[in-house]
Formats: sequence, C-alpha cells, structure tokens
Amino acid sequence: MTTTIITTAPSVPGQAAALGAARVLIVCGSGGVGKTTTAAALAAAEATAGKRVLVLTIDPAKRLATALGLEAVGNNETRVSLPADVDQRGELWVAMLDTSASWDDLVRRHAPDAHTRDRILANPLYRNITQRFVQSHDYIAMERLHELAESARFDLIVVDTPPSRHAIDFLEAPERMKDFFTSALLRWITLPYRIGGERAGRLGYLASKPFYQIADRILGSQFLQDVAEFFLLFQGMYDGFVQRATSVAELIGATETAFVVVTTPEPAPMHEADFFTAELAKRGLRLGAAVMNRVAPSAMADLGGTSPLATESIALASSFLERIDLETEVLDAADVASETASERAALRRIAIAAAETHLQQIQLAEHQRRQFQRFCLNAERRVALPESADPIDDVASLATIGRLIINPAAAPSAPKRASTRRRQ
Amino acid sequence: MLFDRELLIVTGKGGVGKTTVASALSWAAADLGKRVLAVELDATGDLHTSLIGARPDVVPSYKPVERQQRLWSMSMDPEESLKEYLRTFLKIPVFTRIGVLSGMFDFVANAAPGVREIVTMGKVCYEVREQHYDLVVVDATATGHIVSQLDAPQAINELVGAGLIRSQTGWMQAILSDPARTGVVAVTTPEEMPVVETIELLERLRGRVNVDVAAVVVNRVLPEPLARADLAKFAAICSRPQELDSLVGGDTRLLRESIDFAVRQRRNRAGHLTHLLQAIGSTPVAFVPWLGSTEPGPSCTAAVASLLGEELGWP
Repeated sequence: MTTTIITTAPSVPGQAAALGAARVLIVCGSGGVGKTTTAAALAAAEATAGKRVLVLTIDPAKRLATALGLEAVGNNETRVSLPADVDQRGELWVAMLDTSASWDDLVRRHAPDAHTRDRILANPLYRNITQRFVQSHDYIAMERLHELAESARFDLIVVDTPPSRHAIDFLEAPERMKDFFTSALLRWITLPYRIGGERAGRLGYLASKPFYQIADRILGSQFLQDVAEFFLLFQGMYDGFVQRATSVAELIGATETAFVVVTTPEPAPMHEADFFTAELAKRGLRLGAAVMNRVAPSAMADLGGTSPLATESIALASSFLERIDLETEVLDAADVASETASERAALRRIAIAAAETHLQQIQLAEHQRRQFQRFCLNAERRVALPESADPIDDVASLATIGRLIINPAAAPSAPKRASTRRRQ
Repeated sequence: MLFDRELLIVTGKGGVGKTTVASALSWAAADLGKRVLAVELDATGDLHTSLIGARPDVVPSYKPVERQQRLWSMSMDPEESLKEYLRTFLKIPVFTRIGVLSGMFDFVANAAPGVREIVTMGKVCYEVREQHYDLVVVDATATGHIVSQLDAPQAINELVGAGLIRSQTGWMQAILSDPARTGVVAVTTPEEMPVVETIELLERLRGRVNVDVAAVVVNRVLPEPLARADLAKFAAICSRPQELDSLVGGDTRLLRESIDFAVRQRRNRAGHLTHLLQAIGSTPVAFVPWLGSTEPGPSCTAAVASLLGEELGWP
C-alpha cells in the first residue's frame, strides 16, 4: 500500500523544517496508539539519513524490541543494522531502560565513597524502590537522558515515554526528586540518626513524640530505621541530584528538544493528547509535531477538506445495495443448484460485501477527518498517518514513516493532491 | 461462572477498552440480581461516564454512589483510603490536623512506594471482606502497573518487618490468591502490542503474583468481510473486474480496495489472536466485535454486556 501523508500548515512556518535539527525528541501519548513505533520510526529516519541516533524506551513493557525485530534489548545500547541502500555513516541504537540496573549504575557513579556505595546497594528499601515499583522509572529515565545527552555520543536521542499522565510525571520527576530530598518530613524522620549517630539511632529516643509513635505503630521501627538509613546515605549524593535535575530541566526546555504527541482518532487517546498538549503549553515546552496514527486510508484523500468524501463510489455502492434488495426474490427463484447460478450467487455476495465494507469505511473516514480537523492545532506540524493493514516490522519501512513526520514535503510517495494542504 | 467470584480485577493495555469491559461486567452482574460495587482506580470519572453517560453533575467520588439498581460506583483516592484505614481499621485515633496526615501520607507513599498500592488494594479487599456487596469489580490500571498493585501485600511483607500495616497484609493476600473469590479479567485487542503485553501479564500473574486469571476478553474483533470460500473468488474477480463492474453498475475499484484492506487487516490480526490463544490455555475467552466508533456511555456498555453474556455464558 502506498503510504500517504497529509499535513496542515504549521503555525510557525519557519520552524517546519526544524524538527530534523532537534537533538532530543520526546514521544508522548496514550497507551496503544503506536507511540513506540513512532519513536522507532523517527530514529530510523534520522539514522538512515546519516545521523547517530539512539532510541530509548522507558516503558516497563518490552515493546521496542518487537517493533525493531530485535530478540532482546537491554539496559545497554544495542546497535541495529541499517538497510544496505542507505547512508552507512548513520547509526541506529536502541536501549530499554532497566530501572534497577540504571539505579545501580547511578549509585556506583555518584556515591562519595565505596562504603556508602555498598551500604546503599544493600539497603532493603533501596532494593525495593528500584526493583519493584514503576514510579522510579520516571526519575531514572531523566537521569539516563541526561547522561546520554552529556556523552555527546549521539546526534539525536529519541525517548519513548509511558502513557501521557505518566509522561507528566516524567516531566516533573527531577523537581519531585529535589523536593523529596529537602522535605521537612524527611528531616524529621532522619533527625534521631543525624544527631545521635547510628548507635543512638533508636526510636525510643523520640518515642514520646506523637509523630514517631504513629509512624512506629503503622510501619514498625525497623522499617523506619531502613528509611532513615536510606536517606542519610543518599544525602551525600544530594547536590548531584539537584545539579542534574537543573540540567535536565534546561535540556527539556531547550529549543533543540521537541515533543511529539501521538494519538489515534478515538475519543480516549484524543483526550489524552489534548491534556498533554495543554500541559506542554503551560510549561512553555516545544510541541514539535502532533501525529494522528491509524487514520482510515479513505480519509487521507482530503483530510483538511469539508466536502463529502468519495461521493461517486458511495452513490455507486448505495444504489447497488438498494437495487440488489429488490432483486433478491428473483435470485431465490432461480435454480441455485446449477453451477452458473452458484457462480452468480458468489459474485453477488462479493459485490454486496464490497459495497457494504466500502460504505462503512467511508463513514469511519468522515468521522476521523472531523477528528483530525480539531486535533492539536497549536503543534508546529500536524501529521496524519494511514492505518496500514500489514504490520510494520523492518527498519526501512520505519524510516519511511519517520521521514514523513520529519519532512512531509519531501515524501517521495505522497500523491500530488495530498502533499500539503493549507488551512485557514 | 465469572460472577460467583467476589472480586474481579479488570486490566489491560491502555486504550483496549478496559473501562468499557469493567462497566459492562458490573452492569451485567447487577442485572442478574447481584449487589455490585464498581471501583475505578485512577479517578478520571471514565467508569461513571461509561455507566451513566457524560453528565456535568457526575464527579468522581470516594464514597460509593448508587448509579442504578444494585450498582454502586466509586473512585479510589489513596489519601481518603488511608484515613479510613487508620480510623476504622488500625484503630488509630482520627487526626484532627489534616495537614499532618496528608504530609505523612505523601512521605510514607514516597518512601515506601508499596504503601500507596497497599492502601488502594486494601480498600478493595476490605469491601470484599466485609461483604457489603456480592461482587466488587475493579477498573484497574494498565497491565504494567497492575502487577505491582497485586504484589503490594507480599512486597510490604518483605519490606516492613513489623507494624500494623504489615499485620494487615495476610488476609489481603488470602483474598487475592483465592481463585474461588478473586479473578483477573485481562482485556486486549487483536493487535500486536496489546497481545504481547497480555501474554506477559498472564506469565507474571501465574508466576510471582499468585492471582487467578478468570477470563480474557478480546475486544474490537473485526468482522470477516468475506467467507473463506469467497476469498479465492474475490482474488479472481480482482484480476478481471468487468463482471463485478457490470453487476454493480460502475467502476468498482474503490469498493474492491475497501474489501482488500479489510481482508488484510483482519488476517494480520488473526495471526496475533492465534498467538494469544496458544498462551491462554484453558482460561475462558470472550470475543467482542468491533462496534464502530461508539462514544463510551450506557448504550455502548449495555451492548458489550450482552455480548459478553453470550460469550461467557450467563443468561
């Protein structure tokens, strides 16, 4: 199937080509809209154009490997081979964020000394936070993005994020980490340990205070001790956390960083996309592209237009279906046992199915076209991608899709009528 | 039968129709005479919309509200739940200063991430234990997160050596791991990534997290545009369309393209379904056809409830 694309005019025409100049692309959207595929497509497009590109997925599910046809993608970067007919100076790398391993790396890198490092790694609370709970993904993903951006090993880093409400958490993660390490409650709970040293760090010392009584009754003193130890140990790394949180915030707000919001033309993901877009605007972050995935191919012909789609074929299909209803009795009367009659009946069944399927598809297409017309109007570019009946499973087809998002005007396979449509 | 259980936890990858299935199950059970509590964990209000339609006067509420006969719904609020937990359950005196409590909760939830989950699952399990309802249906979080939620009692057990929270985890685990009482309903669509995630979920639930899978619901199954026997004929027609054109009365190219697209799309999905069915084993499976671009609301919920009833065998 020919892949077609339709964009509407970007709100800021001069920036339309700038998506290809981005150093970081952060791909967001609801679950199940093709976000990972979009991230992989953007990366593949830039890699096949000669850039060194890494795509980082921070979602706990192992999606990216499947999209790229890799058996297993780990915490470390894995290189994916490019098709033979493209610029071989490019590199495509894939990494899936392993929260636990990334935390361990972080501690090893930033712990003030070997003793602190070993005690952090052995703390039961640390193990639990980093191994079992998804929340710590957001923060460590930011750390990882920061580290990769600092290394300057890649011309472009594409980040695939969890569903969009979580993606907000992702944006806020460095700030929350900062708040966490400076919270008043944390000072309270570590107080006995800070003033009394480890040996004196028994809660009996403050047992008369209501706060500790309650905390102790609910959670037990051993647990409180683990908590206190964990934070005391981490305190030595606090300055680094704050410093990196600030750099990450700068990186996210830089003009070389753009967000790409992905959706499908269905109510729930559209709602999520609107929500996320509003959050980006509130934070003054750059919405580089809004992508509507899985648009019915029939809607693609005239995505920005208002006149009815496919009027001729609709008239053909509807008048045929009306006529065939009237003819049903004639058919029943015919000799269905004869070979000609059964051939004739099959042809009729196929004709009816084709007409009905076509009408359904056009109805869906009309609905989707209306959805697209109100979708993320403040994005620098808005792109619709047609639903493909066949799976997208190799780097070359991913790259084709990615190019359509980055540079729609240059899309070689886009029919003339559909190349660019300006809307008022 | 599915509704003989007391707790159904509906989960699935984002966007597969989890909320619709959760509300359809609640609806159907209430229709059969059960007293049902439908719980949404994310407090978006989507579950209530799906039960009674989008109405400006309907806001997510922690306190269960009777939405129709025998059917109540509520939205989870971890902080409210913790308050209730402390007050009625751990026999801790009511706090007068709300600020202290909410600061405390934030701290505890951040320091030990399992606490937020256990407070959430604790409320759900509490409703089951107290038998205020015949059935509790949970519109749970996406597959990636549900495992930590279900795993919370065990995680807390390992993490917290003593204290009241720990002493409460035993009975929760007993409810969650009893297949006669609790079951997960995994919702998916016949697409690649939802299927992959569902298979992963089934593995994890059967592994470390010992919670039974009551049913798998495959949502948005596309209709077969042509019977198998007619497919070969269709291919032949496409190479010589004159006969079809003359029957229909015009150029049928676009009509043929439509059917070609539908056939290929369905075939692609059938491959994912085969893969899923192999992994499911003997767990009951329900197929819900694609119902067009329907807005969530009572009519969509009723339609899905009746389709699920046919598939999973309740009258």
